[in-house]
Amino acid sequence: MTRVAVLAGGRSPEREVSLRSGHRVASALRTRGHDVVLLDPSEAPFVETLSAAGVSVCFIALHGKEGEDGTVQRLLELLELPYTGTGPGACERAFDKVLAKEALDAAEIPTPAWAAVQVAALRDLAAGPILHRIVGRLGLPLVVKPSRAGSAMGLSFIEREADLPHAVMNALSFSDAAIVERRIDGPEVAAGIVSGIDVLPLVEIVAKDGVFDYAARYTAGSTEYFAPARVEPEVGEACRREAGRAFAELDLRDVARMDLMVDAEGRPWVVDVNTSPGMTDTSLLPMAAHVAGVGFDELCERILDLALERA
Amino acid sequence: MAEFTVDPYADRYARRTAGMSASEVRALFAVASRPDVVSLAGGMPFVQALPTEHVLEVIGSVIAERAEVALQYGGSQGSPVLREQLTMLMGEEGTVADPEDLVVTTGAQQALDLVGKVLIDPGDEIVVEAPAYVGALTAFGAYEPRFVPVELDDDGMIVERLEEALVQGVRPKFVYTVPNFHNPAGVTMSRRRREHLIALCREARIPIVEDNPYGLLRFEGEPEPTLRSMDPQNVIYLGTVSKVFSPGVRVGWALAEPGVLQRLVLAKEAADLCSSNLNMLVTERYLSGERWRQTLHGLVGTYRSRRDVMLEALSEHFPTDATWTLPAGGFYVWVTLPAYFDSANLLAAAVERKVAYVPGTAFYPDGRGRDRMRLAFCYPTEERIREGVRRLGELLSDEEELYRSLSG
Repeated sequence: MTRVAVLAGGRSPEREVSLRSGHRVASALRTRGHDVVLLDPSEAPFVETLSAAGVSVCFIALHGKEGEDGTVQRLLELLELPYTGTGPGACERAFDKVLAKEALDAAEIPTPAWAAVQVAALRDLAAGPILHRIVGRLGLPLVVKPSRAGSAMGLSFIEREADLPHAVMNALSFSDAAIVERRIDGPEVAAGIVSGIDVLPLVEIVAKDGVFDYAARYTAGSTEYFAPARVEPEVGEACRREAGRAFAELDLRDVARMDLMVDAEGRPWVVDVNTSPGMTDTSLLPMAAHVAGVGFDELCERILDLALERA
Repeated sequence: MAEFTVDPYADRYARRTAGMSASEVRALFAVASRPDVVSLAGGMPFVQALPTEHVLEVIGSVIAERAEVALQYGGSQGSPVLREQLTMLMGEEGTVADPEDLVVTTGAQQALDLVGKVLIDPGDEIVVEAPAYVGALTAFGAYEPRFVPVELDDDGMIVERLEEALVQGVRPKFVYTVPNFHNPAGVTMSRRRREHLIALCREARIPIVEDNPYGLLRFEGEPEPTLRSMDPQNVIYLGTVSKVFSPGVRVGWALAEPGVLQRLVLAKEAADLCSSNLNMLVTERYLSGERWRQTLHGLVGTYRSRRDVMLEALSEHFPTDATWTLPAGGFYVWVTLPAYFDSANLLAAAVERKVAYVPGTAFYPDGRGRDRMRLAFCYPTEERIREGVRRLGELLSDEEELYRSLSG
């Protein structure tokens, strides 16, 4: 029996999702016989509470900034506590879509053509007039999203150039930079990866009203999932291969989820990288593991074991 | 190849649940409820002002003297003594009522639900104010009406617009209004508009549902007569003790003509048999004697000062092209921002700066309200109100600058 702290909550806009993930993970680990304490890093004094808890490992069920951008990981390194998932530097890079997309481009892993708009450039360098050049370069339709946020928060799809400023402001409400990306039209699939189980079967996402936004993600019944995904076997293979390459190139650890779009020619494009994938009852990674024959409790324990091996 | 079913009930849900979904705004409120965030969002009464030892004494005496009633089921219409006191409460605003015409509900919110259940068939047109109390939109929404929003201004619902809608063929089942210190708009319906609304609805035989939770929280000026007092036959009146005593006891009521009342009582019985006897007895005892008046008087003074502080802070910190209402009572100030602001999207940035409000979109059934926000002054201290408005003002000014640079 190991004494485990499941870290969930935090201050990010994904607090609620994280609390749901955390509760599910905690009860799974308890079922597996572990002694579990659920801790919220946003409850002061976190470091004291964690130190006093006498745990030997942390399971990170935090989503969004602080939990996913390397902050908590760096703190746990200082406390010399092993934790699940990716290390601080790689977290920082994977969480920031500007850095992650640069790394994917450098490794020639396909990710849709993109541009970044930083709030500082707009405010201090009067960069507003360049917005229309982005449309000139990337074409339409486009996806606009915050560089550092998750759960599709602050995300907009635009079909007209005139809508770009509003979409950029929307994304900048969540982050200090916005990513403008060419929109790939085609099936959306999620590739979950757990070290030791490898790339899990793909899950295909079909949102009932067409957009896999926050409401579609977290309202049970508003999205249909197909697992394995209904794509040609070689397309599925290509998706899993690129997801696996992204995992390695970004130096991720233990667990991750890549979101991909498949275009009309069957080419996969990596659109998002998650180092702390959702573990709620409507989350994609547990779904994929289930299809691979790994139940939720076992999945949590396997992820925990990966951290314990580093202890 | 199999469809993976996350929710085995997915194809079983009733149509009326279609609008019940997770939302980013709700997720952000989970962060906004943290203590370091100044929340100008929630309309929570300042219950800290209640005299604890008195309330304790009230609750203690109920258990000591009436336990066999307090801990038992009661009648669906609610305790007769309490109904008399609620009648007295309505009398404070000049509404004359018979306790027999009143059903006690679990907060006025249940009364809204029961009214919906009794009066709305799917597809029926319902007139609401634009903006409207969000809880009424969700309560009525479950019965699948078609909302017909009618604009309001500083004098409340623009009844001329309702008249135009009727001319154009709108045939609403009823007109829903919060005439006093409106939630979210803070405005109060003028005497002239009240008279117009009463005459128009009487003529067209359209019942009015008057929701009056804030009536006794008047800071200044003379009260307007309730719609119910102007036309008892055509007005269903909803009240609550949430603002004069406590929302924790969940005691509200509906006052209606006998036919409607009978159905409301039957619907109430079907919903939850009866309201809590314990809470009804506590409320009954709290409202007996004169002590509650002093407490309420003190509370109104607190709310008035908080409103003053909020209005002053708004003048100091908000953009000059923003406008806001000047409530003479109640809990809320309603802000209209320049059109390029999107208060729903801006909430994330506000929470990041540790201040929260309710985006205007919550109060419209048709997606409008992006350039509006509701600010509540009822709960935070004066110092927190000042700080919250300052933080918001700073955010708006940064956002304005961003907009200017984006629009070239």
